[in-house]
Amino acid sequence: MPSTNDWINNPLGVVEEMFGASQNSSDSGWEAKVTEFFRQRLMEKDAHTWVPSLNDVPLHYLKPNSLVKFRCLIQDMFDPEFYMGAYDTVDPSTKAKVLRCGKYKDVTECGVDLDSANMVTSERQTFYCVPIPGESPWVKESYASTCQARVVPSTSYVPSRQKRSYEDDDEDDMDTQPQAQGHAHNAAAEAQGNGDSKRQETEAPSGQKASSPPLDLNFPLPGEKGPACLVKVYADWDSFKLNDTMEVYGILSVSPALSALSDQSDTSSSLILDPAECMETAEELRVHSPPASLVPRLHLIHTQRLAHNNPLLPPAALEDSAASLASTLGEMVSVRAELLAYFTQLLLGDVLAAEYLLLHLISNVYARRDVIPLGKFTLNLSGCPATAGPAYTEQLYCALQQLVPSAYRLSMTLQNMNQLRLVPRKDYVANRLLSGALQLAANTSLYLDETQLEQGQLDPAGVRNITALGNVISWQKVDYDFNYHQMEFPSNINVLIASEGRSLLPSDCHVHLQPQVTPPNMEAYLGSALTAQSSSQLNKFRLYLTMARTLDYSISEEVTKAVEDDFVDMRKDDPQSISADDLHSLLGVARLLCLSLGQSALSTDAWSRAKHIETLRKSRSEPQGCLNGNEP
Amino acid sequence: MSSPMSTPGGKRGRPSNPSTPASEAATSPPAQRRRGQPSSNGDLPLMPTSPPTDMPDPLQDTSLFSSPRRSVLPSEVDMSSPLMYGTPSSRVDGTPRSGARGTPARQRPDLGSVRKSKQVDLQSEPVSDILTTMQPAGQRLVIWGTDVNVATCKEKFQRFLQRFIDPSSKEDENSCLDLNEPLYMQKLEEISIVGDPVLNINCGHVSSFDAELYRQLVCYPQEVIPTFDMAVNELFFERFPDSILEHQIQVRPYNALKTRNMRSLNPEDIDQLITISGMVIRTSQLIPEMQEAFFQCAVCAFSARVEVDRGRIAEPAVCRNCNTTHSLALIHNRSMFSDKQMVKIQESPEDMPAGQTPHTTVVYAHNDLVDKVQPGDRINITGIYRAVPMRVNPRQSNVKSVYKTHIDVIHFRKTDEKRLHGQDDENEQRLFTEARVQTLRELAAKPDVYDRLSSALAPSIYEHEDIKKGILLQLFGGTRKDFSQTGRGNFRAEVNILLCGDPGTSKSQLLQYVFNLVPRGQYTSGKGSSAVGLTAYIMKDPETRQTVLQTGALVLSDNGICCIDEFDKMSDSTRSVLHEVMEQQTLSIAKAGIICQLNARTSILAAANPVESQWNPKKTTIENIQLPHTLLSRFDLIFLMLDPQDEAYDRKLAHHLVSLYYQSEEQLEEENLDMAVLKDFIAYARSYIQPKLSEEAGQALIEAYVEMRKVGSGRGMVSAYPRQLESLIRLAEAHAKVRFSDKVETIDVEEAKRLHREALKQSATDPRTGFVDISILTTGMSATARKRKEEITAALKKMLQSRTKTPVMKFQQLFDDLRGQSETAITKDQFEEALKALCDEDYLTISGKTIRLAT
Repeated sequence: MPSTNDWINNPLGVVEEMFGASQNSSDSGWEAKVTEFFRQRLMEKDAHTWVPSLNDVPLHYLKPNSLVKFRCLIQDMFDPEFYMGAYDTVDPSTKAKVLRCGKYKDVTECGVDLDSANMVTSERQTFYCVPIPGESPWVKESYASTCQARVVPSTSYVPSRQKRSYEDDDEDDMDTQPQAQGHAHNAAAEAQGNGDSKRQETEAPSGQKASSPPLDLNFPLPGEKGPACLVKVYADWDSFKLNDTMEVYGILSVSPALSALSDQSDTSSSLILDPAECMETAEELRVHSPPASLVPRLHLIHTQRLAHNNPLLPPAALEDSAASLASTLGEMVSVRAELLAYFTQLLLGDVLAAEYLLLHLISNVYARRDVIPLGKFTLNLSGCPATAGPAYTEQLYCALQQLVPSAYRLSMTLQNMNQLRLVPRKDYVANRLLSGALQLAANTSLYLDETQLEQGQLDPAGVRNITALGNVISWQKVDYDFNYHQMEFPSNINVLIASEGRSLLPSDCHVHLQPQVTPPNMEAYLGSALTAQSSSQLNKFRLYLTMARTLDYSISEEVTKAVEDDFVDMRKDDPQSISADDLHSLLGVARLLCLSLGQSALSTDAWSRAKHIETLRKSRSEPQGCLNGNEP
Repeated sequence: MSSPMSTPGGKRGRPSNPSTPASEAATSPPAQRRRGQPSSNGDLPLMPTSPPTDMPDPLQDTSLFSSPRRSVLPSEVDMSSPLMYGTPSSRVDGTPRSGARGTPARQRPDLGSVRKSKQVDLQSEPVSDILTTMQPAGQRLVIWGTDVNVATCKEKFQRFLQRFIDPSSKEDENSCLDLNEPLYMQKLEEISIVGDPVLNINCGHVSSFDAELYRQLVCYPQEVIPTFDMAVNELFFERFPDSILEHQIQVRPYNALKTRNMRSLNPEDIDQLITISGMVIRTSQLIPEMQEAFFQCAVCAFSARVEVDRGRIAEPAVCRNCNTTHSLALIHNRSMFSDKQMVKIQESPEDMPAGQTPHTTVVYAHNDLVDKVQPGDRINITGIYRAVPMRVNPRQSNVKSVYKTHIDVIHFRKTDEKRLHGQDDENEQRLFTEARVQTLRELAAKPDVYDRLSSALAPSIYEHEDIKKGILLQLFGGTRKDFSQTGRGNFRAEVNILLCGDPGTSKSQLLQYVFNLVPRGQYTSGKGSSAVGLTAYIMKDPETRQTVLQTGALVLSDNGICCIDEFDKMSDSTRSVLHEVMEQQTLSIAKAGIICQLNARTSILAAANPVESQWNPKKTTIENIQLPHTLLSRFDLIFLMLDPQDEAYDRKLAHHLVSLYYQSEEQLEEENLDMAVLKDFIAYARSYIQPKLSEEAGQALIEAYVEMRKVGSGRGMVSAYPRQLESLIRLAEAHAKVRFSDKVETIDVEEAKRLHREALKQSATDPRTGFVDISILTTGMSATARKRKEEITAALKKMLQSRTKTPVMKFQQLFDDLRGQSETAITKDQFEEALKALCDEDYLTISGKTIRLAT
């Protein structure tokens, strides 16, 4: 099927064809036509599954200059760059001038005529993108399995298959891109030189081994794996925001010439006083033009914003597929019951805690009013059995990780708090944003394990880290450190705090765990609970959680009235019993409760149920609360 | 354009005139400074002043040889040696150095250090791109590639210099100049006196004087600025023929309004004059950049100079004196270098769209602009935007298709330099567009602007109208008054507010909102901050190993608002640093050998919880928050945020909260004034409105003060102190600012009074009498309580006097006796206080449980 896949294997051919055509017809809209062409192609049924993904295919299996996709988060934004949008080349022998297109490319053809009047300077923006931090393994697997690109090897492949895929490539490409193929081999060889020969992936600094100058790929979370990528954006770059998650489709560029820059600066002849070259620090050069084999360039053609990162749901906005989801909506109540049962089991038989856990998992900052984020629901689960050691909280995290698309467990040990970089910081020497563990995509579950905290002293960095966590919880914002000033970035992180007593961090809702069962062997108990769920069951849960989160919500006039009356009555009986803040949290609980049942409007039933569980919760935590003074 | 061009047409020649007097060579600029200079350039007016040796000048002074790409002409090169500049007066045969001719020109690497990437192909176009070509037909000469006619341009500029008057100038540089005289002529005079040969030209002035000239300046700075230089020098040396300058005057335009923001730079700005604002984040070391290479023949010691062209030096292969090949060697210390520095600037945080990271731009500073800025400075840069292609490999011909961009600086302007002089500069750089000012003024003209603004403040927080009004006035602040002449220093203009009340009454939200609203706000929590965190601390810089002063929250919020949450949980030592800040508005530091006083003109917005977690209405404010009254009296307004516990209020509150949960965001935005408008409104009022007290307002204030004092005096209490009067004045001024009024009028005083009374009513009500009593705040004890204490003490003393025969008594017994005597109940505390008072009088001594009368 060479014709259908031409736009995948050789997208530059398509671009150049359109560029050439536009030159003859003096039609200026060729750029729009290119993006439209690719958009159309990708819209076709399943077409996007044919595009290989950088996330699950090792870089050396991908053909240079082919169309690839990458599911990523914008970690940093570099300065815009000017490039030659169109230029003339002169053949040294014939002196014939040819007009070339520089878009979607990093390097020009030989013999550029710098003085030509046809030269067009254009602008593009570079984003440094990393895989979505904390992406759960099941998400990765699910995406990988749906991808139908031919070069895809499964996550575990044997050398024989490796060989075959090479041959496949060779057959296809011999005639079109022999030179590019050479690059691929080089890249592959180079890549294999510094990592395992079995599976080549660039690794986060923690796992860095051989490569001579360890290049920090700047992943937000320690121990992350996967490629980082420089995405060149050609249009509308103002609409992108830091920490946006998206799936980009673009032309892969791994030309070794890109990384050659830094190596040759020392050998350049002495009389060249090019000011541009001697000014940038070595660090900056290394960060901004890292070896292409490590950080490939991707020339963006089409983007798909990810409203969520759940492979079980179509990536587009939900309205498009409302029909197909209608059936799932109907099932929500039953799925909710099953999920509740599962959580109850995990939480040692505590139904109330399970209910709150469920509400927590579907919470989402849906709006901000002035500075107040609405919809956040930070849960503090205290009373985690400490006797079982870290096993319980760890197992609980594993269970949650299986359900949410991305999660991260931050064990709040003293060492971690003092040493970990939570808040991203601008490094002016290298001119980049050093990532921190709080640079997370929207709706990531952050699991804070406070049971790990021991006695000791927090140093200034530790205090700052705790403050940063507090800010995330209370205001859903992270103040990035730009040395001379701080800049506030809104976040949307679901924070769950597991602790023994009440947490030292603030929370919206504090539930003290009351275990109904005390299994003699905690690990085995939880292990069996985990394995008991079939994968189809888990998929149902995953779908449910993402669906519930994205539902719309409203409150009708009558219910508003009822709530007001209720509030006034409650205050009449005992003014101390309920304050404005209590009403706030009550409304929050009611909203989540409705969403969890698949209802998009508040009903009086749900309201009284919310009141009921809040009362239950409060009665539990009161003896605890007194110990902690007058915290609001 | 006709006259200067036509006369000397014949004098224009190729630059191959072999013999020119050495004295003239000194004037021939080594660089392109005079490129494009027409041969006729006003020599005639200069003639009389020039020494006779200048006569052959027109021949010499042709434009061609100042072309940056001229071929090496050894004879001239030799003579224009910078070494000859060394002793300038000796050069011209004893004639004193004066006039344009005698003053050496100075290279302007800012204009031409990096040539345009677009070069003329020398084979196809034998004329260099900036050479003045002659178009025989129309007698009109323009610089190649532009539409700039040198003579016209020069003439226009000279006219601009001679005629431009800006009576409404507000710039501080012009403060001592006569605004009705031509501005720039006065500046030239200044140059002749001071001897600093730099003329800064505001492009805004050029634009208002001659739009066409301005357009040319912005589009072709590389060509137009040298023309300006020429024009200025002619004019200058005509006026001040005897002045001696270090080098010729250089024109430095600034404030080219083409670009304001780094983000809006695009490829069309390349090679144009731009002005952008930003913050310096890094400066490089000084880089010597070779401008002219000096070669010497190893055989015959013949020397040759070669100018650096596009970063390359064409090494002469053959010595022209002795014809030896490859005998020339570069002599470094006789080559000419210019200073250069790389400066990185970053977008200022205000200019950035939310959710994106700031952009950075590389800037090159040359010659005397080197080391003019430091990291952290906020600056406006005027310069020429450049783009150069990057080569992948010097030996390869395929280039990376990306350009490196940078700006060659012509002019730096620090936006916060005036902070040194103690002026309010907060919004100096924030220029409001005409339309914006118009909308703001319209808004201010509305009768209900005060209510509108206060309701726009933190709309998500329900009610508390008076508190919001107080905070609004705090945001505007009073007028800064300077009494340093009379020895009292500056009067505080900032309004301090304390909110105290029940937990969960959205105090923190209010603080967060204010912190987000003001440009220079700081948010700290009393629990988490230490004294040094608030003031300043000394630390060793890890890189330079020098001790540096790191400023804390109070200093950082200079001219802003410092929000302190959980004020009550602050340690006493931390709180004590606030005393100085809250009244004197300065911070004195003496640590690690650094003794200094920093400005901390910050308003403080603090929130405190009651000691018993719930407000006890039976206690006074002091008793409820347990803060030292010395500190409390420094707050202009102290508000109580209490749960009103009222049904109608509850209902409205519930409605308000519920609506938060279902209204869409668009609906919310329609309802209220935009936060951005509010921000601009405050910024505008703070920087442009400085209200003064009117006669009536003064009277009203006096009356109000007298009244306040009278209220208490009837019952033997003093209810107002001068500090309260000052608060009233500040509040009235702030209210006048809200109305954009330059005068404080009676209505402002009325509102200030009302607000002050509201705040007092809540916080300074004596729970025992129900009266407003300022002394609760100033002495920590209400007047009735004090009176009671005195009564008890007197009664006790009387009782003791009556029984002098038993000098030793039991504590409990005495207490019971006193209780029996008195008709009102006496608590043990009161009794102890009375005893202590008597003890202080040396009337008795207390030892354990026994009381002994002093003899």
